[in-house]
Amino acid sequence: MVDTAATTAGRTRGMGELIDVIGKTTELAPFGTTLAALAAERPEIVGLTADMGRYSDILPFREAFPDRFFNVGMAEQDLLMIAAGLSKVGKIAYCTTYSVFITRRAYDFVAISCAHSKANVKIFAGMPGLVNGYGATHQATEDLNMMRGIADLTIIDPCDATELKQVVRAVADIPGTVYVRSLRGKVPVELGNDYRFELGKAKVLREGSAVGIISCGYMSMRARDAADIAAGQGIDAAVLHVGTIKPFDRDGVLAFASRFDRLIVAENHKTTGGLASLVVEALYDAGLIKPLVKIGLADSFFECGSQEYLEAKYEVDLPRFVRAILENK
Amino acid sequence: MTSRNHPPEHPDIDALKSRALNLRRLMLDMASGKGEGYIAQGLGIADCLAALYFHELRYDPATPKWQDRDRFILSTGHYAIAMYAVLAEAGYLSVRELASYGLNGSHLPMSTFDDTPGVEMVGGSLGHGLGQSVGMAIGLRLDGSPARVFNELSDGELQEGSTWEAAMGAATFKLDSLVAIIDCNGIQADGPVTVKIDPVADKFVAFGWEAVEIDGNDMQAIVTALANARQPNGKPKAIVLRTTPGKGVPTLERRERAHFVRVANDEWDALKAELETHHG
Repeated sequence: MVDTAATTAGRTRGMGELIDVIGKTTELAPFGTTLAALAAERPEIVGLTADMGRYSDILPFREAFPDRFFNVGMAEQDLLMIAAGLSKVGKIAYCTTYSVFITRRAYDFVAISCAHSKANVKIFAGMPGLVNGYGATHQATEDLNMMRGIADLTIIDPCDATELKQVVRAVADIPGTVYVRSLRGKVPVELGNDYRFELGKAKVLREGSAVGIISCGYMSMRARDAADIAAGQGIDAAVLHVGTIKPFDRDGVLAFASRFDRLIVAENHKTTGGLASLVVEALYDAGLIKPLVKIGLADSFFECGSQEYLEAKYEVDLPRFVRAILENK
Repeated sequence: MTSRNHPPEHPDIDALKSRALNLRRLMLDMASGKGEGYIAQGLGIADCLAALYFHELRYDPATPKWQDRDRFILSTGHYAIAMYAVLAEAGYLSVRELASYGLNGSHLPMSTFDDTPGVEMVGGSLGHGLGQSVGMAIGLRLDGSPARVFNELSDGELQEGSTWEAAMGAATFKLDSLVAIIDCNGIQADGPVTVKIDPVADKFVAFGWEAVEIDGNDMQAIVTALANARQPNGKPKAIVLRTTPGKGVPTLERRERAHFVRVANDEWDALKAELETHHG
């Protein structure tokens, strides 16, 4: 479901959609459309939401399989308990709501009902990080920090529609509970058809020699955009996309980092407790100490406002990215 | 596949009482071996567990994962001592291994884990059981399974908001096959139940359930309530048990601080003697 209109419109501005996608093709609701297709092949798949069906893109699944879809209402703890119960009788339960409500509201239920129980629950958490203007109540800026603290939990932060669609299929065969930072609405298509998501494997998206960028989620898309701009000024940056946060690809990150004198780590998350922390821990443990710039959010609650305003204010926008590359060549 | 218990019209109440007595003996043995335990709650729920495992539930201890087994979900993980007693009595565990209750490295920990045969959930964090039971009941119905889901939870657990999220869900999804068994023994960690939770049955009725309140230590009342809960009417069923903590051992019944019991080694023998005398 490719939307070329979004390309000519230049930017998508709906709440929870991504900005800075000028020139990119977008795809509408890649999560829900892929889940509906997969569920046709896998009768054990069920879909659930906690009153966020429309806003998490699961409606294509509901339309295709109304008998296998359950809206539990605004009750995130119940969402995860019911999903765990369904898994215990043989189902694969895909759950959706916003990241903030899964993580802050229902943490014990992710940990105990799901992860500890090795429940086949696949959580597609909408609006991770700073991707909406509703303020801190809706901005899951510490979700990676919280989730990585839970044992036996897989954490995935896809880059774009291409990767998200592959992840929807892959998690059906990853045992146990998986937390995915989902992308919704008109999701940009950044990666080519040759891209292959592999659990626990970081992927080099762009080669370069001047500086190494390690990034996750849609910040990997922005990293490539920034690297392209910097390349126009003669600075050649490489981009390593860490699509799986847990299990963390320590060896892949170390191999990449060892090639550069300077590193940039970028994430749609606070710079504490997320990707930057993981990278720094890995480097330090390996005795690989290098100058490293963190692009991400401060330890704060954030304002309401337009996406452009917030990203500029909190210095995670494209110009900040380009500046970081040029200053750290 | 052999299944236990096709509920007869005329249950053998005396046989079930005898089973309950055996469960209490096993629990006292476990608690005395460990020197401590959540024995008061266990003794209180023994009659209901006997009625479930030797009258109502369909299961096969030789095939713990039999897909069409009735599920018994013990939400209160600290009632593990009672769970292990009934699992041993039912044939999932050997009586001999009960001696490892609560010891380091045992697969019979003081709070239930789901890797013990016959235990369906990790039960330590209260407020998880009813919702998981809702999910199981939905999934079993999707598969056309005749299996039913029984969830034990406690009065203290009613203070957890997640219990009421699950209660709403169960009614919304019209889970006929779900039976909540609410053990109202009047105690929680800090002493008597601290937050006003009564009327419990009326609350469940208001949430769209069918609910009944009974003496949870009256075997005839328990089997009658379980029989009534088999009637399909599009509603989940709640059986509110009023139980006496320490039931069967008068010293423990009178004890004010009953949430967690620790007594001297020689006192356990006295408690065991009380159980036999009281019963006799």
